Amino acid sequence: MNMIAPHHEDIAAAVPTPTPAVLNVSGAQRWGDAAALAAADLGSSLRLWRLIWTLSLFDIKLRYRGSVLGPFWLTLSTTIMIAAIGFLYARLFNQRIDHYLPFLTVSLILWNFISTVTADGSTCLVQAEGMIRAVRMPHSLHAARVVMRNILVFAHNLIVIAGVLVIFRIWPAASAVTIIPAALLWCMDGFALSLLLGMLGARFRDTPPIVASLMQIAFYLTPVIWNPAMLMHRGIATVLVQLNPFYSMLEIMRGPLLGAQMEPVAWLVACGYSAGLILLAGVVFARARSRIPYWV
Amino acid sequence: MVGLSADSVAVTFPLYHGESRSLKKSVLATAASRFGEPGRRRLSVEALRDISLSLHTGDRLGLVGANGAGKTTLLRLMAGIYEPAAGRVTTTGKVTALLDPGQGLNMDLTGRENIRLRALFNGCREAQIRQLQEDVAAFTNLGPFLDLPVRSYSAGMIVRLGFAIATAVKPQILLMDEWLLAGDAAFLGQAQQRLETVVRTADILVLSSHDTDIIRRWCNRVIWMDAGKIRADGPPDETLTAYLTAV
Repeated sequence: MNMIAPHHEDIAAAVPTPTPAVLNVSGAQRWGDAAALAAADLGSSLRLWRLIWTLSLFDIKLRYRGSVLGPFWLTLSTTIMIAAIGFLYARLFNQRIDHYLPFLTVSLILWNFISTVTADGSTCLVQAEGMIRAVRMPHSLHAARVVMRNILVFAHNLIVIAGVLVIFRIWPAASAVTIIPAALLWCMDGFALSLLLGMLGARFRDTPPIVASLMQIAFYLTPVIWNPAMLMHRGIATVLVQLNPFYSMLEIMRGPLLGAQMEPVAWLVACGYSAGLILLAGVVFARARSRIPYWV
Repeated sequence: MVGLSADSVAVTFPLYHGESRSLKKSVLATAASRFGEPGRRRLSVEALRDISLSLHTGDRLGLVGANGAGKTTLLRLMAGIYEPAAGRVTTTGKVTALLDPGQGLNMDLTGRENIRLRALFNGCREAQIRQLQEDVAAFTNLGPFLDLPVRSYSAGMIVRLGFAIATAVKPQILLMDEWLLAGDAAFLGQAQQRLETVVRTADILVLSSHDTDIIRRWCNRVIWMDAGKIRADGPPDETLTAYLTAV
């Protein structure tokens, strides 16, 4: 058999020959080229949304494969944690339980999203090493997978939020519509943060523990289990809370969920920090994208 | 028009010793260097130097060379996994790389789930995914194993699965490392026909192997890699003779 000459007739019928995709990569990239390749990377991630969705679904399935409750372990463990902490801290902070428990529920579940996105994000590229070195694929896909996976986790915890809101008869106010842009902002920030930490984690292997301890500090500094109203008369402390990026991000979601009015200051601060974060992630990604396979 | 060209390409691997892998130490070192202590120089290995080549439809390129000569790095460069530190690579056409048996398989997922992921990566829809699963099941003979985690497979079964998945999508540019030819005899016999079909229908083939007989049989051009550079590039007989007399 002549193996040397290519035969075309046997595939021509099966697969319509696609217009060949052209890939052009060079060393010593100028800014424009680097930015264009980074944008192309993001674009192909977007086109591969089915893959991202399936990968995230498999991640959740794998974690709970063989357990009776499946992913609803998440719901159960959140409920237990909130019940355990809620009643103790309500006494500790001298708060009314019907105000404190809904606050704590929403806060903890939202914080859980932030802290797992940062933790998963800082390992997202290193853990995908096998895929990265086997085939050319968009690197931003791995960051998107982190966000999608945590949205799925969050969806399981929504049941707890809904339950608590119903039990304590908290009805959404008109401000509830702002949850939609807030959720969008959360997704974009989560993606930018995962990508940024993912690259940092690929280059510097001590990133995950550093991120974990910083997030631990942030947890205590941010009004998550304590209410900023407790600081009401302390002047400067209130300003520090308002400039805390985590606080403003929490507040734009937490406020409308708990039936509070929209807070323009929190929105302003949240948008400012988000713009900075997304810009930083974009610049670093354009600069470092081509190095990622060498780092992991 | 399918094609692949490299223009004076260099690939450099950064070598990180323990401290430069640490964010804490790197930040401290930067701070310290302000006080006159020179920062440590970054070490790197030049894996490929000054590689220029151009491939067109009908080219069947064999890569030969000692271990560490840069054959696999060159394949990864052609696959677009590594981007060059200098020079330019232009690829026109769909590239399939068969580089290692694991092929980015997720060991905790079942064979069937891995097939689905690969199909989604290639942009397949639900009907095509099912067809692909059938196709792989028929070829690999894995039967009930396809519904078990890949972790429970033997090495040979992993090779079979990886091979079947990778060759199920018809490539325009096919890059192969020699692992494919290292299967057991029974698998080779079975794989032979499928591999030949894939190789035949690909517009461009690049094959890296130590086995000069295979290169002679399948290739119409051979590049001899030596220490990251192209030592010789030409028709198989000429290059292989030079290569074999040198080693």
